[in-house]
Amino acid sequence: MSAIDDAPRPFGPARLWICLNGIIWRESLRFLHQRERFISALVRPLVWLFIFAAGFRQTLGVSIIPPYDTYVLYEVYITPGLMAMIQLFNGMQSSLSMVYDREMGSMRMLLVSPAPRWFLLTSKLIAGVAVSILQVYAFLAIAYFWDIEPPNWWNYLSVLPALMLSGLMMGAFGMLLSSLIKQLENFAGVMNFVIFPMFFASSALYPLWRVQQGSPWLALVCQANPFTYAVELTRFAFYGQIEPISLAVVLGCTIVFLASAIWAYDPGRGLLMRRGG
Amino acid sequence: MNTPTSALTVEHVTHAYGARVALDDVSFSVAPGSFTVLLGLNGAGKSTLFSVITHLYAPKAGVVRIFGHDVARQSGAALARLGVVFQSRTLDPDLTVEQNLAYHGALQGMRRGERRERQKLLLERVGLADRVRDRARHLSGGQMRRVEIARALLHEPKLILLDEPTAGLDIQARADILAVVRDLARDDGVGVLWTTHLVDEIRSHDHVVVLHKGKLRADATSGEIIASAGASSIGEAFTRLTGARAPAEESDA
Repeated sequence: MSAIDDAPRPFGPARLWICLNGIIWRESLRFLHQRERFISALVRPLVWLFIFAAGFRQTLGVSIIPPYDTYVLYEVYITPGLMAMIQLFNGMQSSLSMVYDREMGSMRMLLVSPAPRWFLLTSKLIAGVAVSILQVYAFLAIAYFWDIEPPNWWNYLSVLPALMLSGLMMGAFGMLLSSLIKQLENFAGVMNFVIFPMFFASSALYPLWRVQQGSPWLALVCQANPFTYAVELTRFAFYGQIEPISLAVVLGCTIVFLASAIWAYDPGRGLLMRRGG
Repeated sequence: MNTPTSALTVEHVTHAYGARVALDDVSFSVAPGSFTVLLGLNGAGKSTLFSVITHLYAPKAGVVRIFGHDVARQSGAALARLGVVFQSRTLDPDLTVEQNLAYHGALQGMRRGERRERQKLLLERVGLADRVRDRARHLSGGQMRRVEIARALLHEPKLILLDEPTAGLDIQARADILAVVRDLARDDGVGVLWTTHLVDEIRSHDHVVVLHKGKLRADATSGEIIASAGASSIGEAFTRLTGARAPAEESDA
């Protein structure tokens, strides 16, 4: 049947742009309304910085390793790790919101848009990353008054592309998880089994050579952990440098996670349908 | 101009979750401007059918078309012609009515001016023009539903799906919503698929599709179904067709 009805206009680039902006705008509005989420997103890394790092600076010395060209305080060392942690939590939280949204029906709202599904999911992802970058800069603004700053002012800008990319990686990973989580309650499990291991088994809190000294086995785990590369990418970018291996790993993981998430949300293969309803 | 005669056609749709068959070779259609009731108990397969029509997932077999566009293959063209009111509340409670509508307008790729114009018209129509700046959480259940209906119509779809839209509402709110939606079909020529388990929402000339345990049990006007079942009411006809108790008797919500 060839259908010529009073056809709606096709979904061209202009309308996709409106769609993307709308999704980012809504995500930002929601974030601003959820003040508790903003505050806890800020307090979490600050607790690590002010309490954990202050306590550990005496016991943990960090030798001179790139990108640092001098001895640095432990607070300075863990700052990029904490930036990545903000993005890790945010990526998982977006995934929580997708599980929650789906149960509340607003994920379904999103998916009945005539825009292509991959575009909707990617837009949702970008919106989450935008929010995570806001959080990172709020954290850096407070850390600045604690004398934690990059060598040059423009490093605040040089770190931005790294934040975008690592945010995308974590968001895409979260999205993939959200398609696998069957029920909302399981998210607590994600915290325990995903977020904490990813964070602790990485170079966020201690340099890999130190881990190697303590446990070669753990060092291997850290090296296999994509989060390590997000941390290192951020760390080098914060010092105006590009770390090619980290860049390649983060880029590769982003592509794989995103493609898998889009696959998982595909109506034909539909992991969604296992859930019924 | 070759215009499809149906707003919605469901052709031999079958779906299963593992071994459990949720929809078994279901076919029916909704004419433009008609008020079609999809009647079935909980677990009849209504929600699955709803998910298939809205392209949340594809059925194992069969095709769904919206104004001739295959939902699986031409989903953009199909979904652009479809408005949906989901059973669960989908307004963002922290956002205002206007912000909720703006979000939906953006998802449909509507420009702000165009959206505002439609929004004004629709909110007047559902009697909530004065609530546009209120947060959704300050609306009553019935008002939220009416905003959701306005939202579903924002992009001028010619087919609207409502999944148990009156669930949990009081009698007055139910009547208001039913009236608004019936007007849409009658005055604007919008095809309506109204999912319910409450027989008292059905009038004798309504097109009724009875779904029971994933199978289509009847597809005709309410009056015809009553007559062919030799019953005195649609509730009684439902009982005879399905062997189940007529749904409205157990609910007067």
